[in-house]
Amino acid sequence: MDAIAKAKRQPVRMRGRSYVAFTFCPVVPITGWLEEIDTTLARSPGFFAGKPVVLDLSAVDLSQSAIAHLVTSLEQRNIRVLGIEGVDADRVTTSMPPLLTGGRSCILAQNEPKKLEAKPKLPSLLLESPVRSGQSIFSEGDVIVLGSVGSGAEIVAGGSIHVYGTLRGRAMAGFSGNSAARIFCQRIEAELLAIDGYYQTAEEIDVALRHRPAQAWLEGDVMKIASLN
Amino acid sequence: MAKVLVVTSGKGGVGKTTSTAALGAALAQMGEKVVVIDFDVGLRNLDLVLGAERRVVFDLINVVQGVAKLSQALIRDKRLENLWLLPASQTRDKDALTDAGVGSIIAELRTRFDWILCDSPAGIERGAMLAMRYADEAVIVTNPEVSSVRDSDRIIGMLDSKTVKAERGERVEKHILITRYDSGRASRGEMLSIDDILEILATPLLGIIPESQDVLRASNVGSPVTLNNAASAPARAYTDAVRRLLGEAVTMTVPVERKGLMNRLLGRRAA
Repeated sequence: MDAIAKAKRQPVRMRGRSYVAFTFCPVVPITGWLEEIDTTLARSPGFFAGKPVVLDLSAVDLSQSAIAHLVTSLEQRNIRVLGIEGVDADRVTTSMPPLLTGGRSCILAQNEPKKLEAKPKLPSLLLESPVRSGQSIFSEGDVIVLGSVGSGAEIVAGGSIHVYGTLRGRAMAGFSGNSAARIFCQRIEAELLAIDGYYQTAEEIDVALRHRPAQAWLEGDVMKIASLN
Repeated sequence: MAKVLVVTSGKGGVGKTTSTAALGAALAQMGEKVVVIDFDVGLRNLDLVLGAERRVVFDLINVVQGVAKLSQALIRDKRLENLWLLPASQTRDKDALTDAGVGSIIAELRTRFDWILCDSPAGIERGAMLAMRYADEAVIVTNPEVSSVRDSDRIIGMLDSKTVKAERGERVEKHILITRYDSGRASRGEMLSIDDILEILATPLLGIIPESQDVLRASNVGSPVTLNNAASAPARAYTDAVRRLLGEAVTMTVPVERKGLMNRLLGRRAA
């Protein structure tokens, strides 16, 4: 039997939320301004990829067709316009991005895009001595224990947990929503196993598996535990 | 060079004080100069087990607070001239102990003794923490039952993280001493086996002390079991343990009770 730690369904709710968007303020001539955009893109391609972009047209006076042409020109450069501001409502058609009001300016972190591009690889934690009762081990990545994990000890990992001795304590893998995380141990006598919030206590673990090498993983929202040999 | 050895367990009633007295006396009998310190402030017992309760004038807390000098608080055993006791205070509590105070006492004792045995109180609070704080070696007293073994595991974790040696990146040398072992009950599967205990604790074994009436009898007359009846099974087990502490290779056996003819005829079991 599997106990489920998370509520499965949530009722539909509306919430207000604010996001930071790049605001473009085109100036005449529009062709010259577009060339400026092109040089920026040549320096760092993908700079605007996936970023919300808002067009502020208050500095220019463009016709409906000119606005449509500008939006298409930007789309050709892989810049998707989220909304338009600074024009009258009758200049904007339904096929265009919606008209926005009430925007507030803020400072954009210059190195933010680079940070998002390079995802740091989470280091794994290697423990060469046994984990004793009362100790709590925490790591964002994988945890590898060469000894045993004592009764009353606890391992919390963002990734998988590998125990090359006997697992007598609690092991919680994939705590940050990693449902692909697994738990491996040389001998299973665990008090509790959990992966991504789904858990089984000692009482629920099949008696036939006890004292044997085993692994645990998630299949959908069911935790599976099987012998390793 | 002086060695500081803490006798600890986490759980109460497993035989820390009895073992401290027995190990201390056995070390002194082998010619080592030994001091035993009672860290159980507020619930002192070591003075009773050593039969020195009527000679306590100053105690550990007095020395920590500078009321008395160390030499005034030390009590020399009447039977063994190499054995000394630093008693605990019965009227104070463990909060009266300070890290710096204990540190300076241990440092002074190191210059005068070969062995400094610290009898830890039960639990994992201040008294137990300070008893293990300056230890070079540790004897973890464990009974063959699950609760005692789990508490020992917890204490081993603390010895590896909370001691001065651990903070310097060195290791406290740890030994398991199994007490109250009943070979009859163990063979019937009524208590944890030695192998199970050692597998869980992953720490070398120092000795196995059999359950015996001799231990209680010795405590009641205020004499360490190794001194009271040196031929008894627990006394021999403690003596073997001390020889291992001193670096001798002694084969690990579980000493058994030598039953007298009358005992056997009456079928009385030493429990």
